[in-house]
Amino acid sequence: MTSATDTVAPAARPVRPARNLWLHTERFALLFAWLIVIIGFSIALPHTFFTVGNLQNVLGSQAVLLVLALGLLFPLTAGEFDLSAASTLSVSSMTVAVLNAKMGVPIIPSIIAALVVGILIGLINGIFVVVFKIDSFIVTLGSATVLLGIVQWMSNSSSVTGVDSALVQATVGYRGILGMPMQFFYGLIATAVILVVLTLTPIGRRLLFVGRGRQVAELSGLNVGRLRIGAFTASGLIASVAGIIYAGSLGGADPSSGQSFLLPAFAACYLGATAIVPGRFNAIGTFIAVFFLFSGVVGLQMLGAQNYVQQLFYGGALIVAVALSQAIRRQSARSKIS
Amino acid sequence: MNSLLSSGTEDIVDATSTPLLRIENLTKTFGGLAALSSVDLDILPGQIHGLLGENGSGKSTLIKVLAGFYTPDPGARAWLRGEVLELPIAPGYFRQLGISFVHQDLGLVPELSVVENLRLSTIVAGHRPLINWAKERALAAETFARFGLDIDPRETVDRLNNTQRALIAILRAVNDLGDTRGLLVLDEPTVFLPKEDTELLFRVVKELVSDGGMSALLVSHDMTEVLEHTDRVTVLRAGEVQASLATEDVTADQLVQLIVGRKLRPSKTAATAAARGAIAASVDGLSTGQVENFSFDVSQGEIVGITGLAGSGFEDVLAGIYGATPVRAGSLALDGTARAIADATPRTSIASGIVYVPADRKAQGGVAELTVEQNVTLPVLTQFRSWFGLSPAGLHARGTEIAETYDIRPRNTDALFGTLSGGNQQKAVLGKWLQDDPKLILLQEPTQGVDIGARSNIFDMLRSTAAGGVPIVCASSDYDQLAAVCDRVIVLAHGQIHAELTGDDLTHELIAASVIRSLTEVPAETKETLS
Repeated sequence: MTSATDTVAPAARPVRPARNLWLHTERFALLFAWLIVIIGFSIALPHTFFTVGNLQNVLGSQAVLLVLALGLLFPLTAGEFDLSAASTLSVSSMTVAVLNAKMGVPIIPSIIAALVVGILIGLINGIFVVVFKIDSFIVTLGSATVLLGIVQWMSNSSSVTGVDSALVQATVGYRGILGMPMQFFYGLIATAVILVVLTLTPIGRRLLFVGRGRQVAELSGLNVGRLRIGAFTASGLIASVAGIIYAGSLGGADPSSGQSFLLPAFAACYLGATAIVPGRFNAIGTFIAVFFLFSGVVGLQMLGAQNYVQQLFYGGALIVAVALSQAIRRQSARSKIS
Repeated sequence: MNSLLSSGTEDIVDATSTPLLRIENLTKTFGGLAALSSVDLDILPGQIHGLLGENGSGKSTLIKVLAGFYTPDPGARAWLRGEVLELPIAPGYFRQLGISFVHQDLGLVPELSVVENLRLSTIVAGHRPLINWAKERALAAETFARFGLDIDPRETVDRLNNTQRALIAILRAVNDLGDTRGLLVLDEPTVFLPKEDTELLFRVVKELVSDGGMSALLVSHDMTEVLEHTDRVTVLRAGEVQASLATEDVTADQLVQLIVGRKLRPSKTAATAAARGAIAASVDGLSTGQVENFSFDVSQGEIVGITGLAGSGFEDVLAGIYGATPVRAGSLALDGTARAIADATPRTSIASGIVYVPADRKAQGGVAELTVEQNVTLPVLTQFRSWFGLSPAGLHARGTEIAETYDIRPRNTDALFGTLSGGNQQKAVLGKWLQDDPKLILLQEPTQGVDIGARSNIFDMLRSTAAGGVPIVCASSDYDQLAAVCDRVIVLAHGQIHAELTGDDLTHELIAASVIRSLTEVPAETKETLS
């Protein structure tokens, strides 16, 4: 930085075109990758992939994964893991199903009960991590397993069906707007809300400091313990919202299938952190990542790939995403000395 | 010879005893600045040799050359046990040469047992496939018995007190020397030890030196310990040997002169101190870390410095007052209200207008990966709420204003904090804390790692802030800085006030002299054993 650029008016920021171009490429790389995947499969499969029905399928079916991943952004931003999110989702969907279908509780109170359960799970996770000073990885690994046991106990290890059709209508049944199921719009709303909370509120800014510089946060007077517990509580609450949507989309609940969301959700968060605001977990990046991953899976399956391709794709994406975000961090660390 | 004082005993040193280590003409420059210039050093066998000097006098550079960490400039020569020692020493090669180091942090693994720590180098080297722990324990117990130490080899190190840990580190270093006539380098191993325990430690070192033909090089800030326990002493100042002489021939006053240098007027006329304003903040009976029952006050617009040797407790005072580290006792009166410091947290301190600028900018001052604007606006986020959340325009305006006021370069507040130079980072941290009209400012080493230009900028900012009536406390071991900005400097020793300097006494040399002397004149009741 030359002293000439230092003395210009503060509003005029020094522009370095090369760096900005690179930054923009980096920001939208994931979006381009998604477009390439869509174009590639559309050329290869013009009659199955490149159809309105498939577009509606791809966009309309991923709300559960998207909402779950968005909830994970809170603990991840605060520098914590929540491995119990998928189990919380299972507990929540099973709570709705058991209360509503088996015990005859109306759907609205059942949903409220599921939300309360999600909040409690998050609180307990957070309290163990913060008060007993245990690594969140371990706490949530344990609570994930405990919750799975509870789900099996609640359900006698079998699926529960017969949830109020109003919930089914409200998630996947009604397709009045653009032919899309309502759950797609819930995903959109959740993305917008979490985008605002993480980037435009003091809480989001503080969580960022807790995650990136815990000592700085403490010395700046932030209530670090409360913020960390809050991050787990938010993750629990949002995971239970995902569980309610899941119960609606299945018309019931299943004691084990919720687990399959955990890895894709982390993959989406880490992949999302390479886009839009590179190096930071962010809502829009996560949104793009969810649909990028699912488009890839759908296309490969239409090409005749077996079901296992899903595991290969999601697992591989997680590793590649983490490797990429490490590279971004190193790259931005290097560009510091300029 | 650079000596100002010539050694009276040099001629009568037994001609047959070649020095264990002889260094000649050792120079080490960093970017044109000489950290060491033409240093000559002889360490005689069977002796404890003291190495004295202020911070930055070249002591640690000399040690790092011995450890093979630095390559000296061409022209230096060295002999070990009469044989030519090739310089530079390859990193880590000091072990084979029979040189062993005990650093201030001791390098012990607290979770491992005493005997495991003693054998750490064997374990790390991994030359032997099996370790006979029963035999090792017996050997360790035998060694402890020989020196009259009551330490259980099976105890884990985290259950030992500081003195026992230092002894373990020393015995391990001696162990690593094996049977060679080696050199034990003690790099300020006693700063956190109570006075009477250093006696025990030196009794052990003396015994080791006297019966093995081994020598010890004791690097120290503590003049008393050097006077009491060494056979010879070398004083470094600004990279040059000021004197190298027999300890019995030198007095404390001479040593202070040699360490600090010229201009040491004993100005008993400190009455030149400016009249002090009304008292703005007072700390009563603070006990935290090494600090015991420390009381002081700060007037409106006054800058008070707190300093001392490492281990004197001066580093613990401010974080304690702020509530960032645990406090045993003490109260703070500010704005007419007194409160217990033990109940303070950074949050309550900020709420009552107390701000703390930590020394460690990277870990505590700011987050490198976030922008300058995000860093400086963190404490004032709640002032920038808009109808939903934060007002980006308001935050940006504040960030820009701080960058202007505190001259943060570049002015671009979207730059990542980590991309700024040390000086600009420090200006940003100062801006972060001074923006909201604090009532008491606590600064820990405010210009550490800051370039000269930014340093004088920061001095000006501090003076103008104080001129506005705000009391400032600055803990620092940088005597130039203390002399430049402070109205009054308190020197701590053993956690208590040793001296208070004002007016004409506020020069680098006089502050340094007071600090160096601080351990020689300690009130007896402070010599409490730490556990």
